[in-house]
Amino acid sequence: MVTSANYFDQLRKSRVWRSIFRSGTGASTLHRSLVIQQDVFLHLFPTKVRSRMLNIGVTWYLGTLTFGAFVILVSTGILLMLYYHPSVPQAYSDTKDLQFVVTSGLFLRNLHRWSAHAMVFLVFAHMFRVFYRGAYRAPREFNWIIGVILLLITLLLSYTGYLLPWDQLAFWAITVGSNIASAVPVVGNRIHFLLLGGNFVNANALLRFYVLHCMILPLAAIFFIAIHFWRIRKDGGLYTHSSQAPPISESSATKEAR
Amino acid sequence: MGDEKQVPQSESTALDRRAFFVKLGLGSLSVAAAGTAVFSYQFLSPNVLFEPSPIINAGKPEGYPLDSVTLDVNSGIYLIHSNEGFFSIGAVCTHLGCLTAWKPELGIIACPCHGSKFRRNGEKIEGPAPRPLPWYRVWLSEEGDLMVDRSTTIRAMQFLRV
Repeated sequence: MVTSANYFDQLRKSRVWRSIFRSGTGASTLHRSLVIQQDVFLHLFPTKVRSRMLNIGVTWYLGTLTFGAFVILVSTGILLMLYYHPSVPQAYSDTKDLQFVVTSGLFLRNLHRWSAHAMVFLVFAHMFRVFYRGAYRAPREFNWIIGVILLLITLLLSYTGYLLPWDQLAFWAITVGSNIASAVPVVGNRIHFLLLGGNFVNANALLRFYVLHCMILPLAAIFFIAIHFWRIRKDGGLYTHSSQAPPISESSATKEAR
Repeated sequence: MGDEKQVPQSESTALDRRAFFVKLGLGSLSVAAAGTAVFSYQFLSPNVLFEPSPIINAGKPEGYPLDSVTLDVNSGIYLIHSNEGFFSIGAVCTHLGCLTAWKPELGIIACPCHGSKFRRNGEKIEGPAPRPLPWYRVWLSEEGDLMVDRSTTIRAMQFLRV
């Protein structure tokens, strides 16, 4: 009798499958580990995770949910880009067309908007969880730094995306926000000028914020997310307060010994 | 080769070939990096701006009755005809750049964003604005139109009498 399970086994033994996936066909622990370890994407993650670390109480899945929001934002954002022109005469009417004319445009725009709100909320919740459980401590200090960078990128993505509908709210929010940059001593006005590509929020500012929002900041986010995930494995997996006392780094251990 | 190693070298002054090329390489890389930074900065600063002219033609003085405050939303200035004469002050709040509004019932200029308040002559009543509203140069053109230069601020209380 051919079940779906042994049909899949046959597939895994086929020459095409073996040429793509080098990790072998066995079901042993070693082979299961190799599947993770030899995959370019999965090797960012630990090959083994204790099953109790997957209980919701350990992490509340906040980091995973943040990444989920990011994936939704990237996919809906790419679709929105197909109907949006970052130019002064068109930006506002394109936004309205997305609301009222484009099929599913309203759904995609709202999904993008609500996911953006959710991502900011989840990033903060994730950081509070890490902070109050002490998961930032050695040897995970550097991953906390990466997390702070990702928080800043998230806020900058929200801020640059705010201008794109090109309505009154967007215009004044960016006018006020970019004037805050002018408060930097000495170089404040130069930063303001470079950020907007002019002295006022205008066509250049719209284009610059569009490029930042759709290209530079998402690429930076993906880059740091990859390091963030990889560091979880390198720093000894997920941290839980119910496990033994946190590992003390060698330097602080030797200091105490002295 | 073995003999060469035994030649004593004065370590402070000797610059062997490898150290020389390392210095040369790092030096040229730093020069190139500094050049790239300068070029990037210049590239990111636009040379031509398609922004409106700072000089505004506000029309004939007769269009502004005595004791009136007129806001030009597009250019962000007030044109005020007081008993002392005409003057123009900026309507953009000195705090974070919002457009202020004239409140005739209170006789003050108020910012909707963070609550700064100014007198009709630009003087600050209360913050968070750090500075009073600027006075702009006003003059009469040859055709008799009121002209305002937003790029030239003048000392307060200089009125144009027509």
